Amino acid sequence: MGEYYSDNDLERFGEVGKHCPDLFKKFMDWYGASLQEGVLSKREKVLIGLAVAHAIQCPYCIDAYTKSCLEEGMNLDHITEAVHVASAIRGGASLVHAIQAHNAVDKISM
Amino acid sequence: MEFIETLKKHGCYPIRASKIETLQVNVGYRCNMTCKHCHVQAGPSRAEMMGLNTIKAVIDILAGSDIRLLDITGGAPEFNPYLRFLIEEARTIGCHIMVRSNLTIYSEDGMEDMPLFYRDHGIELVASLPYYQGEVVDRVRGEHAFEKSIRALRTLNNLGFGVDPGGLKLNLVHNPQGMFFPPCQAKMEDEYRRELDRRYGVSFNNLFTLINMPIGRFRKFLVERNQLDRYMERLSKSFNPAAVEGIMCRYLINVGWDGTLYDCDFNQMIGLSLNDKYPGTVRKFDTGILAEREIAVDDHCFGCTAGQGSSCQGAAA
Repeated sequence: MGEYYSDNDLERFGEVGKHCPDLFKKFMDWYGASLQEGVLSKREKVLIGLAVAHAIQCPYCIDAYTKSCLEEGMNLDHITEAVHVASAIRGGASLVHAIQAHNAVDKISM
Repeated sequence: MEFIETLKKHGCYPIRASKIETLQVNVGYRCNMTCKHCHVQAGPSRAEMMGLNTIKAVIDILAGSDIRLLDITGGAPEFNPYLRFLIEEARTIGCHIMVRSNLTIYSEDGMEDMPLFYRDHGIELVASLPYYQGEVVDRVRGEHAFEKSIRALRTLNNLGFGVDPGGLKLNLVHNPQGMFFPPCQAKMEDEYRRELDRRYGVSFNNLFTLINMPIGRFRKFLVERNQLDRYMERLSKSFNPAAVEGIMCRYLINVGWDGTLYDCDFNQMIGLSLNDKYPGTVRKFDTGILAEREIAVDDHCFGCTAGQGSSCQGAAA
């Protein structure tokens, strides 16, 4: 299959808007607005972006939000801590489902 | 040239000098370091060094004009054997003097007393410290650079530099450690202040955030990574007409080690001298003509007009 993800593909994101342009514009406006500084600072928002990028394992988002973190003056310590938070929550989300397994055991057991 | 086209589109072309407030003098390219981002490509093997006659011509310019800010840069300026003479003479004339220091130079043999000399002559120091974390700094500036820098900062603090707002000035310079833009200057200054105090008990006055210019070693790095076009595109897309007003070339003139005049140190490094119609060397210096000169530009100038702007004094917009 070759290289499935390419650095250049992120810059082609706009091509998605060739189809259903109204929907794409709504997405872009919403995306842009959500990252504007509000109650949360720009730094907090890009850290959230980085953590989510790792949780969903999107290579484009990881590259983009790593750069955003550096441009907010952060370093590998900030980045790694944020990825730990994302990973811990992701791991915890799996682990807490052990309760569902326990419930299932109870349901079918005498 | 894309930069000129962009200026024209925004009604900013040509850029004209406003007033020469600063004489920026590059006294030589020799340095004890070979930092990866250095636009001068300075290093121990560079032989370019301002001689005594040119130093004297610089002093004559200061004595014969109302320019009262002398900004000394390099390389490591301390390697120039006439640096002390230049400083002493400029002080006699009544200039405020800034020296751009790499901090690690004071660890070199024969340089240990430079901080004392700077204190005794009321020098304002502008010191490179790309980040407040050793690992990051050493990656850009070389092994032990951070440790030596912190040692130098402690010495300077003990001598009274960077301790109180009305005292001897010690300003730091942050630049990104790669192909990305600098953070907001005010926020980064707060973070530097907090972290340098908490980790090392070191203080300073102001932080200047500079963008990496696409020239010198940083340009080579971009070319090696096949990222030059992408970086240039980002710079040009970030053009901010409001930054043009405050860019340094409008308020200073730069002198090369051999006495050639330039609009800035970046132009000096790419050999872009003043427009032909202006006197081009220290010996023909004419404040009246040069104060309103048209600035020579090229596409690297996008570096000074991107986003919050960038100049020798940090963010310009």
